[in-house]
Amino acid sequence: MSISIQDVEHVAKLARLELRQEEKETFTGQLNAILKYMDKLNELDTSNVQPTSHVLPLVNVMREDEPHESLPIEKVMLNAPDEEDGQFRVPAVIE
Amino acid sequence: MSLFDLKLQDIHNRLTNKELSVSDLVDASLARIQAVDDKVGAFLRVDEEGARAAARRLDDKLASGEERGLLFGLPAGIKDNIVTEGLITTCASKLLANYVPIYDATVMKKLKAAESVTIGKLNMDEFAMGGSNENSAFQLTRNPWNTEHVPGGSSGGSAAAVAAGEVYFALGSDTGGSIRQPAAYCGVVGLKPTYGLVSRYGLVAFASSLDQIGPLTKNVEDAAYVLQSIAGYDRFDSTSANVDIPDYVSALTGDVKGLKIGVPKEYMGEGIDPAVKEAVLNALKTFESLGATWEEISMPHTEYAIAAYYIIASSEASSNLARFDGIRYGVRSPNAGNLLEVFEKSRSEGFGPEVKRRIMLGTYALSSGYYDAYYLKAQKVRTLVKQDFDRAFEQYDVIIGPTAPTPAFRIGSKIHDPLTMYLNDICTIPVNLAGVPAISVPCGQADGLPIGLQIIGKAFDESTVLRVAHAFEQSTEYHKLRPSL
Amino acid sequence: MTATQSKYETVIGLEVHVELHTRTKIFCGCSTSFGAPPNTHTCPVCLGHPGVLPVLNRQAVEYAMKAAMALNCEIATDAKFDRKNYFYPDSPKAYQISQYDQPIGQNGWIDIEVNGETKRIGITRVHLEEDAGKLTHVDGGMASLVDFNRVGTPLIEIVSEPDIRSPEEARLYLEKLRAIMLYCEVSDVKMEEGSLRCDANISLRPYGQEKFGTRTELKNMNSFRSVQRGLEYEQWRQADILDSGGEVVQETRRYDDESGKTFPMRGKEESHDYRYFPDPDLVRLHIDDEWKARVRASIPELPDSRKARYVKDYGLPSYDAEVITASKQLADFFEDSLNYTKDAKAVANWIMGDLLGYLNANNLEFSQVKVTGRGLGEMIGLIEKGTISGKIAKTVFREMLETGKSPQSIVEEKGLVQINDEGAIKAVVEKVVANNPQSVADFKAGKEKAIGFLVGQVMKETKGKANPGLVNKLIVDAINSL
Repeated sequence: MSISIQDVEHVAKLARLELRQEEKETFTGQLNAILKYMDKLNELDTSNVQPTSHVLPLVNVMREDEPHESLPIEKVMLNAPDEEDGQFRVPAVIE
Repeated sequence: MSLFDLKLQDIHNRLTNKELSVSDLVDASLARIQAVDDKVGAFLRVDEEGARAAARRLDDKLASGEERGLLFGLPAGIKDNIVTEGLITTCASKLLANYVPIYDATVMKKLKAAESVTIGKLNMDEFAMGGSNENSAFQLTRNPWNTEHVPGGSSGGSAAAVAAGEVYFALGSDTGGSIRQPAAYCGVVGLKPTYGLVSRYGLVAFASSLDQIGPLTKNVEDAAYVLQSIAGYDRFDSTSANVDIPDYVSALTGDVKGLKIGVPKEYMGEGIDPAVKEAVLNALKTFESLGATWEEISMPHTEYAIAAYYIIASSEASSNLARFDGIRYGVRSPNAGNLLEVFEKSRSEGFGPEVKRRIMLGTYALSSGYYDAYYLKAQKVRTLVKQDFDRAFEQYDVIIGPTAPTPAFRIGSKIHDPLTMYLNDICTIPVNLAGVPAISVPCGQADGLPIGLQIIGKAFDESTVLRVAHAFEQSTEYHKLRPSL
Repeated sequence: MTATQSKYETVIGLEVHVELHTRTKIFCGCSTSFGAPPNTHTCPVCLGHPGVLPVLNRQAVEYAMKAAMALNCEIATDAKFDRKNYFYPDSPKAYQISQYDQPIGQNGWIDIEVNGETKRIGITRVHLEEDAGKLTHVDGGMASLVDFNRVGTPLIEIVSEPDIRSPEEARLYLEKLRAIMLYCEVSDVKMEEGSLRCDANISLRPYGQEKFGTRTELKNMNSFRSVQRGLEYEQWRQADILDSGGEVVQETRRYDDESGKTFPMRGKEESHDYRYFPDPDLVRLHIDDEWKARVRASIPELPDSRKARYVKDYGLPSYDAEVITASKQLADFFEDSLNYTKDAKAVANWIMGDLLGYLNANNLEFSQVKVTGRGLGEMIGLIEKGTISGKIAKTVFREMLETGKSPQSIVEEKGLVQINDEGAIKAVVEKVVANNPQSVADFKAGKEKAIGFLVGQVMKETKGKANPGLVNKLIVDAINSL
């Protein structure tokens, strides 16, 4: 599979990255080289292989429904780039 | 000889006998950083005030004669992707340049309980993506053995700080070799524990199914002590294993008689530097002389591991790094007018090129229509890679090979070719895919640069890995070599 | 509109989100309680700080299982959580932890009663996920403030099959769904507080056509009534487009409660690609038979079963049984009453008339009135015994609603005991008969109705306490003996 500059633009949009023209071109070239290398995987027949998303055979890891202390508001807001009345302020949702 | 060349037990005795105070240790660390870190560049931040305050507190405790923690008074450096409450944690990214964590990672709580002293935060490749520390947004870290060469990565700052004698030990994280490869490049010991042995809570996630925190130390025994202090079940990490933690130090018997070693031919083939290969073969001779046996084996899916790894790791990373959006913390772009720009400009201005490249790769691999071809396929190949290990461990106690194909390369020599950089991880990546433990110990030098030997064990069998590494160390002198800075 | 209705068949599918009322959030220990100051129920985990990890709340899983079982779903033996990736300020991790291809429950159904007949609406799936934060728009829409108290509240999403054929059916489906959730006690399902939210897909097709028409998705319907009204408007709008030869545009539309109309939503045109993948921070769920059985045992008898029993065992009309079983509290009240009287129909009448009438008139919830099932049962007993009249009972019942006192004590306190003493009544009757010769004459002339006036006069004289049957009999006797 090979990817075009339009694919790169689409993926950048999904990932919320704003790329300059030269970045788009560089990434198109690099991603194509990387993906071409990834095609190596198709040499393997994996039709009867189960995927591994976890190496540990853990199931049903759960906690009880018991409350912990929440953070004081000063800590919640400590790193806020923009704040108003104990809430995070962001520009309007509709652009 | 530096204070930090002393064994942990010696330091402990000197503290007990009042020949040494924790403040002395911390002063020595701070003085060494002052003296050499301009050249090495391992530290992003030194918490002098916090370290001195901790030292005073521990010295008071020392005077009272109370029982001491396992790592009492030992100066430690922490990779900057492990969150430290109140101490800026950046992941070497501009996006987090001002981020003050509001909680401590579980390993930091454990280190506090073990009573080590945090000296500061160590440089790394941005968000742990890279193998040279050249991807740090803030500074280059240089190899203490030759400052024209990289220290390796992504835990390059951790390896360099230990090698340079700036701290007694360091914590790093390993997703595809990020502890072991810089340990090899810098001539120190680096251990990646079994996935699930050390809590990931508070480790800024790169690839959640692969990341593990582990120690970097000057010798194997220290690695055992640090592991003893940080390992164990954590109810805040759902992927934490609820297993009994053995006494790692007492496992260091020096005895490897009858040990069966498998040496994968795929780790010793094309692309492996002759000097590295020779050093590994010499190490195998050492093991033979200690009564162990070795055989060449095949791990047939090794050549597919890199492709599978970069798909899985990048996919997970593309999602893990989505939270860096300029809303709740981190640097919001001053150029953003509307909401979309807050997202796009904060991320584009905040992330470096390697991080963007992996986010792009991962986003593409997960996107509609490609999931089966890339992500699912990679997870299936992961199964095959893991089966290679399962089969090998039916017959062998450990698997041994080089940690990295070459010694540390020159700064700037690979940074423009990401794929070549990725291929450099051939010996370390399969271990993360299988989730098993592995250690890198110094086993030689080439042109004044260290070479690392990788010893891989069965899941949760850190005791054997440490025992084998320790036995090798006891029979060799490589771990005693120090760079001149 | 009636013309178009006959031309097109309406096809509706509903997506309902129900907040589970666990004490804590699904992946951290922050409280889920409603109404706290902004961002005071948050921690590093639900704020999505770097390095945090989720740990699943067992109660949330069990509530989801319970709800799915009550909706007749097959419960998964193996389930997992996936990440749904999208950027939005109310989503702190920029992904929502949800379930993609292995939900907790699948292939269920809900029965509703439409025009006296039972209709089955299929449920495609029930899955567990986390809620988002809340945005408030400020500065005339130039900025938004984000409150993360709600983020991480456990939700189940219940997706129906496109089996619903009218806006009314949609409302009936929601009412039944709400009743089932209340029976299971997994949620308080208050649409006004957002603990039940509903999106709808609606399309029209000519009768007889198999292929579905182009659908629109409706959002922002904040009450059962607005769901029905929004769908009615959209049904009419689409029919109008089709009638004029146009094509319905597939889009998301927002319902505006004030105008009762729907409008296209702006800014949602970008195609979504959520890049689902299994969340590597969580491990799989394995739900074995023993666990399923344990949760199943915690489900109380559900409305349909109770309704059938009320019709069969108590001879209630289906409609009455439906109304009473719509709420578990009401049904429990009904059954409790029957421990004190045998007259189920009388209990049903009191519930549907005086009780629900009182709640409606005063805009109250059942939980806000104090009457007990025992009280109602005993009150009906007092009527049966003739201690009080039906008319007096209305006064007594109202007092019971407000104070929760037993009917006996109310009757005693207020001196409301019925007068059954013939002698006492007779004296009043004779007086009334003597004072109303015209009515007596009318009765004698065959105007049966005239007796009503005379009875009324006696009741008035006795402040309503005279036994009405006895009064009637004594009046007739008195007139006949004139």
